[in-house]
Amino acid sequence: MNARIVSMNRLLDRPLSMPGRLLLLVGVVLLVVGATLPLWRISLVAPQYEEGLTLDMYTYRIAAGNNGQDLAEINTLNHYIGMKPIAEADFLEMKVLPFAIGVFALFGLRAVVVGRVMSLVDLGVSFLYFGAFSLGSFAYRLYSYGHQLSPHAPMKITPFMPVVIGSQQIANFVQTSLPLAGTFCMGAFLVLVCAALWHSVRGAGREVA
Amino acid sequence: MSTRHHLVAGSALALALAATAGCNPPGSSKATQGDASVASQSYVAPGAKDEYYLFYSGGHSGQVYVAGLPSMRHISTIPVFAPYPATGYGFDEESKAMMGRFTWGDVHHPGLSQTGGKYDGRWLFVNDNANNRIARVDLRDFKTRQILGPIPNSSGNHGSSFVTENSEYVLVATRFSVPLPKGRYADPANYQTEFNGMVSGIRVDPKTGEMSVGWQVLTPPFNWDLGSTGKGPSSGWAFWTSYNSEMAHETLEATSTQGERDYAAIVNWRAAEQAVKDGKATMMDGVPVIDPAKVPGVLYFLAVPKSPHGIDTDPSGRWIAASGKLQPVTSVFDFEKIQKAIASKTFEGEVRGIPVIKHDAVIEGEVPVGLGPLHTQYDGKGNAYTSLYVESAVAKWSLPPWNDAQKKDLNSIVLDKIPVQFNIGHLVIGGSDTKEPYGKYLVAMNKLSKGRHVSVGPSQPESSQLIDISGKKMQMLYEAYTEPEPHFAQILKADAIAPIEVYPKAENTNPNAVWDASQAGITRSGNKVEVKMVAIRSRFIPDKIEVKAGDEVTIHVTNVEQTTDMIHGLGIIEHDMNVVIDPGETKTAKFVAGKPGVYAFYCTNFCSALHQEMQGYLAVKP
Repeated sequence: MNARIVSMNRLLDRPLSMPGRLLLLVGVVLLVVGATLPLWRISLVAPQYEEGLTLDMYTYRIAAGNNGQDLAEINTLNHYIGMKPIAEADFLEMKVLPFAIGVFALFGLRAVVVGRVMSLVDLGVSFLYFGAFSLGSFAYRLYSYGHQLSPHAPMKITPFMPVVIGSQQIANFVQTSLPLAGTFCMGAFLVLVCAALWHSVRGAGREVA
Repeated sequence: MSTRHHLVAGSALALALAATAGCNPPGSSKATQGDASVASQSYVAPGAKDEYYLFYSGGHSGQVYVAGLPSMRHISTIPVFAPYPATGYGFDEESKAMMGRFTWGDVHHPGLSQTGGKYDGRWLFVNDNANNRIARVDLRDFKTRQILGPIPNSSGNHGSSFVTENSEYVLVATRFSVPLPKGRYADPANYQTEFNGMVSGIRVDPKTGEMSVGWQVLTPPFNWDLGSTGKGPSSGWAFWTSYNSEMAHETLEATSTQGERDYAAIVNWRAAEQAVKDGKATMMDGVPVIDPAKVPGVLYFLAVPKSPHGIDTDPSGRWIAASGKLQPVTSVFDFEKIQKAIASKTFEGEVRGIPVIKHDAVIEGEVPVGLGPLHTQYDGKGNAYTSLYVESAVAKWSLPPWNDAQKKDLNSIVLDKIPVQFNIGHLVIGGSDTKEPYGKYLVAMNKLSKGRHVSVGPSQPESSQLIDISGKKMQMLYEAYTEPEPHFAQILKADAIAPIEVYPKAENTNPNAVWDASQAGITRSGNKVEVKMVAIRSRFIPDKIEVKAGDEVTIHVTNVEQTTDMIHGLGIIEHDMNVVIDPGETKTAKFVAGKPGVYAFYCTNFCSALHQEMQGYLAVKP
């Protein structure tokens, strides 16, 4: 038992392999690039909005379609059902996310230079947690928007949960949410962290033995 | 049903028609070309878009109408000289000020702005024959942006709106000569000595399109008719026909139609412009006026047969076709010969000091097109199309150069003729007045429709017919009943412009605009009440306005929407008020609160599911 722990510790203390470091570097670049790209698109399509109304969520802002006009339009439409106006200022995440990604990028870069397997595990696990938390928080925000409807609204509709991924019909609209390039970059970062990890520990068993 | 069945049914119908046709007197053409197979050529499916815009004048309705080609569907009305409650035109202070003291105009000849002899898609100019005005429609938003006039020293702005190659000027000529300056009395019995006509250059600001009267050229009291501007070799020149060169003043039907010829004006507008710069003009009613007898080189006359109407320069700028409506020919003049004749002073006399160019020296030929020729349009492929009013037809013929055999028998250059229903006036081919016509469709604008449609009582609509001119033979495709009364039209390729669909908030510089409920409100000073109002789905803010009887009420209403097609209207019950506000626009309504009472105001332009609830009250206290 003890030998196992020792061997595990030894494995975790191993420095990263050179290809592993390169993979990680690519991952960090993708992470930073991803932070500047849209993460998620929410779009609404109806017969009278054939071209669709879109909101693109970035790590740091909401970009509405039609030169920003779609946000005002969505809010105008939402007032009929008593949904509170969607405002960028309400998204605390957008203040935290760029900072968090910066931290991940810095830890990633440190691992590229002086990294050990341990730091990769930390990076991967905490990023996984961070990703899951962000997605959860995003879902909760959607839930809140769809459920905190004003009782004085002109139109009463059953509180609803906008889909996080996929499509659904809400009144005359088909609402679709799909991940965009930013999210794929984040995912690629995680994959590259794993790849770097795998590259750095493969063959380790033989050595240990 | 299969195609074959259609064909069988179609030919059965054709046989039935042929059978009944036997009962009609010879020449009867009640039913024409009952061939459904051409329908697909003008069919534009629901949701599909037309290839061209057709901007046609609405005559004494005072408006310009927009249809699509080839569908001929009426798409929009652009109010110009008459109020139009549908868009609130003529109710808000801005458009009221633009219309001035008139509530109608007589729109005849729309002209698209040009750059380098081609449509640039910026503006559409239209004339008002009745009140001597000219208007500019901005094709960015399809709105009338300026009405200039009444133009000084010009009466009956019919010979307009002819745009020069780079929209330097819109050229205008007087139809009805009057004593000048306007406002002066003279006995019409002294018509020849006291009355005058005028040709005007309306200068167009190249950036803003803002029009102003640049210069005028005084003419004898002929009745100036249609015109066109030159290009290529005839660049810098313009041409008008006239009737009544007899200078008669009553019973013109007879007194002005005795002469075999009337005069066309050959105007060197660049020379006119230069003469004004050189100080050779005298001011009349605030406008520099050139007396062409004293400033040679600006104006020449050219005799054309008989009671001419249209005079149209071809896309090359060399050939000028003038049609005498009382003679069955179209006269083709060669501008190169005109220039030579001017240079060598080949004149056949003069009228009031204006040289008359020798007709025989400049005529290329008289084309026997048919009865009652009026206007000629060009397809850019060497063909001309002349409308025949009396004959109710369009004749297609070849432009020069002609070979010897053709010259010998000009009948041989008349290639095709197609009947129209009925009595065609103007006809239009896209870009005929430019260097590069579109040459695909021709629209015949007929003066009568005489029962080709379900009856609508004594006031029958005008018919407009779409003719395919892409092939050797002209082919009738479709007919539509256009708003009264189409005279001339312009055809513009749909993709030549990209109109805006909302007024961007950033561009709204109206000092009375309010964009937020918190800025809206009512202020009073003395008996003047000023309201700054927001219109948004589905409310007016404020929705209660309290005033006292006799108060002067001004409402500035801003439509804060920035969404396509989200238009609001402000109609006030029993106050003759309906302003319609496009997204991002601010408009001002002004009225005096009259009878005490409570009057609802409401949104007149359907906006949303809760449009009906978009209302408020104007409470007028005794």
